[in-house]
Amino acid sequence: MSPKAASKRVPVAKTYKIYIGGKFPRTESGRYYTVTDKSGDVMANICQGSRKDFREAVVAARAAVPGWSSTSAYLRGQILYRIGEMLEGRRAQFIAELTSQGVASAAAEAEVSATIDRLIYYAGWADKYQQVFSSVNPVSSSHFNFSVLEATGVVAILAPEQSGLLGLISNIAPAIVGGNTCVVLGSESLPLCAISFAEVLESSDVPAGVVNILTGFKEELREHFASHMDVNAIVYCDDEQNSGAEIQQASAINIKRVISRVDRRWDDAENDNPYLISDTQETKTTWHPIGR
Amino acid sequence: MSEPALHVKPSLVPDLNRVPPVDEVGVIERTTRFCKRSIKKDSKIEALKLALSMIDLTTLEGQDTPGKVRQLCQKAIHLHDTLDDLPHVAAVCVYPTMVGVAKNALTGHDINVASVATAFPSGMAPRAVKLEDTRMAVGDGADEIDMVISRGAFLQGEYGLVFEEIAAIKEACGDAHLKVILETGELGTLDRVRRASVLAMHAGADFIKTSTGKIQPAATMPVTLVMLQAIRDYYYETDRRVGMKPAGGISKAKQAIQYLVMLHETLGNDWMTPDLFRFGASSLANDVLMQLQKQKTGAYQSADYFSKD
Amino acid sequence: MSGQSKLSFDGGWEYAPAPQDISHIQLEKKYGLFIDGDFVAPESGNYFETINPATEKPLAKVAAANGADVDKAVRAARKAFDGPWSKMSAADRGKYIYRIARMLQERSREFAVIESLDGGKPIRESRDIDIPLSAAHFFYYAGWADKLQYAFPGREAQALGVAGQIIPWNFPLLMAAWKIAPALACGNTVVLKPAETTPLTALKLAELVRDADLPPGVVNIVTGAGDTGTALVEHDDVNKIAFTGSTAVGRLIQQRLAGTAKKYTLELGGKAANIIFADAAIDQAVEGIVNGIFFNQGHVCCAGSRLLVQEAVADEVIQKLKDRMETLIVGDPLDKNTDIGAINSAAQHKRIDEYLKLGQEEGAEMYQSSRPVPASGYWCRPTLFTGVSQSNRIVQEEIFGPVLAIQTFRTMEEGVTKANNTPYGLSGGIWTDKGAKIFKMTRAIRAGVIWANTFNKFDPTSPFGGYKESGVGREGGLHGLSAYLSLEPRR
Repeated sequence: MSPKAASKRVPVAKTYKIYIGGKFPRTESGRYYTVTDKSGDVMANICQGSRKDFREAVVAARAAVPGWSSTSAYLRGQILYRIGEMLEGRRAQFIAELTSQGVASAAAEAEVSATIDRLIYYAGWADKYQQVFSSVNPVSSSHFNFSVLEATGVVAILAPEQSGLLGLISNIAPAIVGGNTCVVLGSESLPLCAISFAEVLESSDVPAGVVNILTGFKEELREHFASHMDVNAIVYCDDEQNSGAEIQQASAINIKRVISRVDRRWDDAENDNPYLISDTQETKTTWHPIGR
Repeated sequence: MSEPALHVKPSLVPDLNRVPPVDEVGVIERTTRFCKRSIKKDSKIEALKLALSMIDLTTLEGQDTPGKVRQLCQKAIHLHDTLDDLPHVAAVCVYPTMVGVAKNALTGHDINVASVATAFPSGMAPRAVKLEDTRMAVGDGADEIDMVISRGAFLQGEYGLVFEEIAAIKEACGDAHLKVILETGELGTLDRVRRASVLAMHAGADFIKTSTGKIQPAATMPVTLVMLQAIRDYYYETDRRVGMKPAGGISKAKQAIQYLVMLHETLGNDWMTPDLFRFGASSLANDVLMQLQKQKTGAYQSADYFSKD
Repeated sequence: MSGQSKLSFDGGWEYAPAPQDISHIQLEKKYGLFIDGDFVAPESGNYFETINPATEKPLAKVAAANGADVDKAVRAARKAFDGPWSKMSAADRGKYIYRIARMLQERSREFAVIESLDGGKPIRESRDIDIPLSAAHFFYYAGWADKLQYAFPGREAQALGVAGQIIPWNFPLLMAAWKIAPALACGNTVVLKPAETTPLTALKLAELVRDADLPPGVVNIVTGAGDTGTALVEHDDVNKIAFTGSTAVGRLIQQRLAGTAKKYTLELGGKAANIIFADAAIDQAVEGIVNGIFFNQGHVCCAGSRLLVQEAVADEVIQKLKDRMETLIVGDPLDKNTDIGAINSAAQHKRIDEYLKLGQEEGAEMYQSSRPVPASGYWCRPTLFTGVSQSNRIVQEEIFGPVLAIQTFRTMEEGVTKANNTPYGLSGGIWTDKGAKIFKMTRAIRAGVIWANTFNKFDPTSPFGGYKESGVGREGGLHGLSAYLSLEPRR
């Protein structure tokens, strides 16, 4: 080794792990797959998450439901805002990750900006969507009757394949701002940001278990996402080889809410809207007598 | 003049905090259901006759005279003699000064004389006066005393005082039956109606009664239902059957039947007797008689054919 | 409570029979399918009998629609959707729906009687609840027809097209109204399949739709059994499926619709907890229990079939409940005094009986009222099970009859845990006099409709529908519109 080469610092590569219940374990299966950069060099070994990882993630997500869904809307808004703040501080890292995965640098910069802005957008909805979608219903008997939204519970998200960061956050944010917890399978081919985003979450006051992020193969995990009896809703964003139909079919096992977000342009402003929140909400109607 | 000191044992006063709350809307829903019952044919005739037998034929006017009271007694004895198998009313209800007149007029008939007492209808008199009022009515031959509770004291939360007063009047009644008028129209809520019912029963009431007839609203089905439910709970607890008397505002046979349905489905067969249920009313009897006549002849009736005394 | 004193409801004053007059009711001997504005004979050539469950005697023959019939109905609906119904102004569409509401009010007694004849429910309920609520539903949604742009902020509301609707036998006309009224108001046309045991009021509604002069094909009624429903679900030209029925069938429908673009709403089963706290208005709570489980013979998806009563008042509540049950009159649905009518069908009767046996085999203690029931027909006395726990099947499974499983709890947390310990989430009842506790509980119970200090209340303005396996989507109120609209961004 020449003295010159010795003076060049050897970078410390990051181990990309999955994110379950606020912890960063490796997949219990011990499996991995490799992502490479444009020149074919190994960028990272990515956990090939298993159905058991998914199972653990659902347990963590379920455990987090009571706390998160009863967290005040104001605080949920602040926590989402905090995620945006943290991401802003780590722009460079995310831009680098996107470009290393083949995204042009201007596009990468735009994607990170859009992601941060979308987080801020949904943070603002935390204490407002309820007012838009709730109602007082003028029943004809002597009762006070009102309908409010409540989180449906645990949401399984198969994040979009082609949008490793913005697409991921566009699905997580509306689910969690409404008090749901989620288990997300990141993009298979663009997985780096998903795991780095978990690190952002970890420093953003998001309670453990509210967001759980796996990496791995959709083909392998899709059916388990759809058939898990303790998952209340499933969001999918790709429909390759009739997978949408398979998801719907398997979801019927416990009458899951199935939300298809296929063929969307994730940089479109249309993804900024409260109906993405109401997709994973239940309407609860309460009656009470009015009397003495 | 100051009230005599409280000498009731505090332990005898029921803990009204243990009385279950009442939801007004639910009570009204239930009473609406009673009114949906369709009472026809034999069951109607049976109910009409029973209603007649439960009437306390009442006159409680400042203008009452011995003449008026005697006419009322005459009506009590001869409700409508052209109808067969009629029962007689349960009692004639008058002011204390008229007890003697009524007693004489009803001699030889199995009809009680009931007297209001205790400075009816307001009850705003010293305890000694109320006691004396009661003793005089009983002394003149009243079989039943309809007292009023001190609503002011009750609304002030002086439950011990109200309890003690009822107990004292009960003692003054001797063998006469005591009906305790809650004057529900002045209590404001069904919760208070229920609590007052419990208080009155524990203090010795033989009957609890809704109203004096001088305050609106008087008897209503929701109020009566709450009182019947209090009677049932008291029966469950003590095995003593307390009677019920809705008074004021029940003038139609149809209403009377609805009250009987309510009684029947709340307290069951044992209470379907004048010993345990009365209607305090002045014009109900004629409407019931008209209905009975209609059942007999099939023709709708005119009030001109029924004596108004 | 001493427990010694007993009220007596035996003998004594009895209510004489008070039969509803049915002389003005006109039923055809045979009903065709209502397609494209007319009653037509089924392509299948088949008919089945609909019987009166109180007498086991047939009321009429009804056509059994096959795939070809369903196809004909869907084509008629498509033609009406592409044609007059979409071309008409929204206000005019509304006027037609108002017309249905008014005509239903005019003919309400006739509909009530037929509902009770065909389904076995007490005339008091069909007269005072089913039919008036049905008319109210049409009246409510009629007014939405020309106001849809105000319902969903930022969205352009557009009709979906042809809605296929499959309804159950427990509230035949009311469910038809719940389905048809919002669908039409949103500009869709419909093909409705009534339940095979209770098709008559839907067919009378078809007459009324014809008399109201709706364009042919806007409302089509195809009668038949499960295969008719399947044909409707699987028809390629249907844009939306609305189903009310069992979770098992709902699950099949969700599977069948996988991979299609059809929207769907599902109103499925339930096993609601009715939770009584010690501080509740006990007498009204007892009424709520009765209303919760004995309304419509317990054939109610949102029935309060699990009673959770706080231990301190359990004996009192059960004692009062038993007394109250003695006053419930079981029998002729057409008698105005009947509280509990006939069980809807032989099959349902058998199913309930099996659960009664099962409950006893599981070691629960069964109590039934001593009321007499008629000799022929399908009947079930009001029934309680005590001494049951979460692990009993009669606690877990929907019985769909007048059968109540009673459990006790000590703390609020225990009550909530038990209440939510079910795959269902349609409704729930909470009884307490404490305001703060009501709101804590209404939040904690995972169900779409919460009745606090009341039970089994319905209103066209009030959204209805379940969490979890009790279904997807809401019916009623503003929320019920979205099931029949495509909501695109407003540009």
